[in-house]
Amino acid sequence: MRHEVIFSGFGGQGVILSAVILGRAAALYGNKYAVQTQVYGPEARGGASMSAVVIDDEPILYPKVASPDIYVIMSQQGFEKYGAAAPKDALMLVDSELVHSRPQCACTEIPATTEAKETLGRVIVANIIMLGALVTATGLVSEDAIKRAVLDSVPKGTEDLNLKALHLGFELGRNT
Amino acid sequence: MQGNRACCEGALAAGCDFFGGYPITPSTEIAEMMALKLPKAGGTFIQMEDEIASMGAIIGASWTGARSMTATSGPGFSLMMENIGYAVMTETPCVVVNIQRGGPSTGQPTMSAQGDMMQCRFGPHGDVATIAVVPSTVQEMYELTAKAFNLADRFRVPTFVMSDETIGHMREKIVIPEKVDIVPRKPLLKGKLPFEADEDGVPGFAEFGRGHRVHVTGLTHDERGYPDTTDPEVHEKLVKRLYNKVESKRHEIADYDAVNTDAETVFITYGPCSRTVRQVLHDHPDECIGHLNLRIVWPFPEETLKIFANAKTFIVPELNLGQMVREIARHTTGEEVLSMPKIGGHIHTPAELYAAVEARK
Repeated sequence: MRHEVIFSGFGGQGVILSAVILGRAAALYGNKYAVQTQVYGPEARGGASMSAVVIDDEPILYPKVASPDIYVIMSQQGFEKYGAAAPKDALMLVDSELVHSRPQCACTEIPATTEAKETLGRVIVANIIMLGALVTATGLVSEDAIKRAVLDSVPKGTEDLNLKALHLGFELGRNT
Repeated sequence: MQGNRACCEGALAAGCDFFGGYPITPSTEIAEMMALKLPKAGGTFIQMEDEIASMGAIIGASWTGARSMTATSGPGFSLMMENIGYAVMTETPCVVVNIQRGGPSTGQPTMSAQGDMMQCRFGPHGDVATIAVVPSTVQEMYELTAKAFNLADRFRVPTFVMSDETIGHMREKIVIPEKVDIVPRKPLLKGKLPFEADEDGVPGFAEFGRGHRVHVTGLTHDERGYPDTTDPEVHEKLVKRLYNKVESKRHEIADYDAVNTDAETVFITYGPCSRTVRQVLHDHPDECIGHLNLRIVWPFPEETLKIFANAKTFIVPELNLGQMVREIARHTTGEEVLSMPKIGGHIHTPAELYAAVEARK
């Protein structure tokens, strides 16, 4: 079955990396096909950034999102640009500290930025918390697959921090 | 793996050992990765002062026997034109990767386009014939980049990898073959002049430092390589040979997929638009919709149009205002040719393309 996941936030949060990690988990450790694409502007930080992952059991022909069914939104601007038009049958995970609006579709509030700051002391791993929550809330890929993909993708020396963030995300996603 | 990285991996597998370039979005990852990987593989990476110099560097490296390449996008591609013409005239094999973005000028650096398809064919002044490959998947980015080196060496022409931001920045799973076929450049044999062509129109290569006496010039030259700029016969013989060594082999060079060859409505695509058409065919399995996907667009394989014997309409979606569609229309014999241009940075959706099929019913 084809799933189309949209990640949006502001440049610098790591929304493109989140999408790369999810795609990697699905394609290399989940025995599926995945295509990751992005829309970005010349601004490196602060602008609305969007990345998409298409996951399917069969080879992916059209590589872009046509009818997204899962959203991960990490900024108000990202919500307005990419989340506000989400179809009613979609599922959206929002960072509850940074996104003030709520969509018409099913919505799960994840306090990723708050937890990253208060529990882990590093706001930079908010995206990994969201990714963990996404996995347990949707079952798109297994916990083991995403764990391996995170370890492949993060800088040396930050593995423990990122795994803690991922597990925190698993818990937050499970409790929804 | 990202498309731009697959381009590097394909180049390295094909034995690329020289990269001269000037990074530009959305091709920058290619220069970055070549800077990391080429020195470790025993090759040379040089960041040049601009794209004019980059092109000059890969031409010079090629004459020392290197498999050389550069990577750029629109504005840099425009700057390279002068030296691309020089590479054509001097029969210098080299690979130029163009990860196309929106133009003209600096345009849309981070968005996708196919606006340089005619520039890669007719960009340099004078009559030129070159080769252009176009990948539609990350897998093809790897395979076609490797193939571009073989084509460049086989025909002694600049060969273009005409990709775009969509495929360059897309990540998907690829399978890397254990070995890539490498067809080495034909050396100049003893007793032959450096620009004396064999029967295939291609002279053996008089690599620098191998004892050949060779003069390389962009001026019209005789078989020794010496300028002879006023004799009409010398010029006609040379330029016609440079043109025909590629154009007359278009059948041999052609690389394409033809699906539903008995269809009346046929899409002709290259690059990312091919994937949208594949989705349309997949979503409407009961309808006979033809699809010709071109992996090599120049020399244009005009004979492939005849594969679709029942064709009434050729539909040509492109990420420009209609470029290859003109070449296609030039070779059709009465069929309707419908251009589906799209600019702005996004590829067509399957619904947009299917609407064109429905309108034909």
